[in-house]
Amino acid sequence: MAAMTDIKPGFRDPVLDSQAVFRAVLDAMARPGRMQSVSLLDDVPAPLAPASAAVCLALVDQDTPLWIAPDLKSHAVETFLKFHCGCTLVDDRSKAAFAIASASKLPALDGFAIGDDAYPETSTTVIVQTKGLAADPDLTLRGPGIEKSHSLSVQGMRGGVWREWAENGVLFPCGIDLILVAGTTLAALPRTTAVTEQEG
Amino acid sequence: MATKRSTACSPEQSAERRARQRWMSALAKAPFGDLEALWNNLPSKPSWTVIRAPEVGMVMARGRAGGTGARFNIGEVTVTRCAVRLDYGAVGFGYVMGRDTRHAELAAVVDAIMQTPSRREALERALIAPLCLRQEETTRERGRKAASTKVDFFTLVRES
Repeated sequence: MAAMTDIKPGFRDPVLDSQAVFRAVLDAMARPGRMQSVSLLDDVPAPLAPASAAVCLALVDQDTPLWIAPDLKSHAVETFLKFHCGCTLVDDRSKAAFAIASASKLPALDGFAIGDDAYPETSTTVIVQTKGLAADPDLTLRGPGIEKSHSLSVQGMRGGVWREWAENGVLFPCGIDLILVAGTTLAALPRTTAVTEQEG
Repeated sequence: MATKRSTACSPEQSAERRARQRWMSALAKAPFGDLEALWNNLPSKPSWTVIRAPEVGMVMARGRAGGTGARFNIGEVTVTRCAVRLDYGAVGFGYVMGRDTRHAELAAVVDAIMQTPSRREALERALIAPLCLRQEETTRERGRKAASTKVDFFTLVRES
């Protein structure tokens, strides 16, 4: 039983708390790039961010295989997610329904499941842990859910991601969705959002 | 994966498992009133954190025809489960029939304490043993009542 002693607590109220997180993710997906706050968990196993843990507890279950990036994998994280979500962890990210990765070591986006034309919803939703999110004009977002354009700044993202993101957008209706996370804040980039980097 | 669950285990492990099955069963079958009364009489109680808040679900109960025959599904029963962690680290689980969340939480706390070797004996005497005793009495009483209604059928053979 020694392995079980480091499980951190889950939601205080499983029903209402996961509904609140679901609502936050729904709003984030409907308004790409707008930040939502989810501060329902305050004690989560490192290196998991509180918002990524909350999204996992609300959305991941035994029917959604989860992939965790090697740099975020720890015994405490695996135990926590397996205990609270009851999910299976997969080593192949193209088989995952959800994935957690850090922005600086985000693997190539084309390695995730993109779904197929009949079932585009079977693609991977990638939770990306960033160093910070702000409404600064580093990135300009356009697409459904944005009236004209929206500004977003994502700190600590590895180079080349936004070029891969443009390729992901071409795959529509297939393609992955991103949930960007920083601490207790989250913002979403659904596959329909076009991202342009600000020059200089 | 660091820990692979295996069904094979050493004699000490299986003894430990049987012991735990015994007290978890006693906690689950005890009427909540009995459990609470015994708990309230305990001199010292640790404090705990709930790691999985009590939640109500369904499990399929299965039986065997005649006790030994083929398996069949009796029906679904409501089950409440809860997991807690004591301040010194022990993790306990409570699974009880019905939808009493306090019962599940208290069963989980007692399970956690029972896994602490230094506290096990005292708690066994103060809580588990009385619960087991009461359950045995109930079973015996029920058996006695059922036995009193037993009818022996026999056929008179006419001597010719």
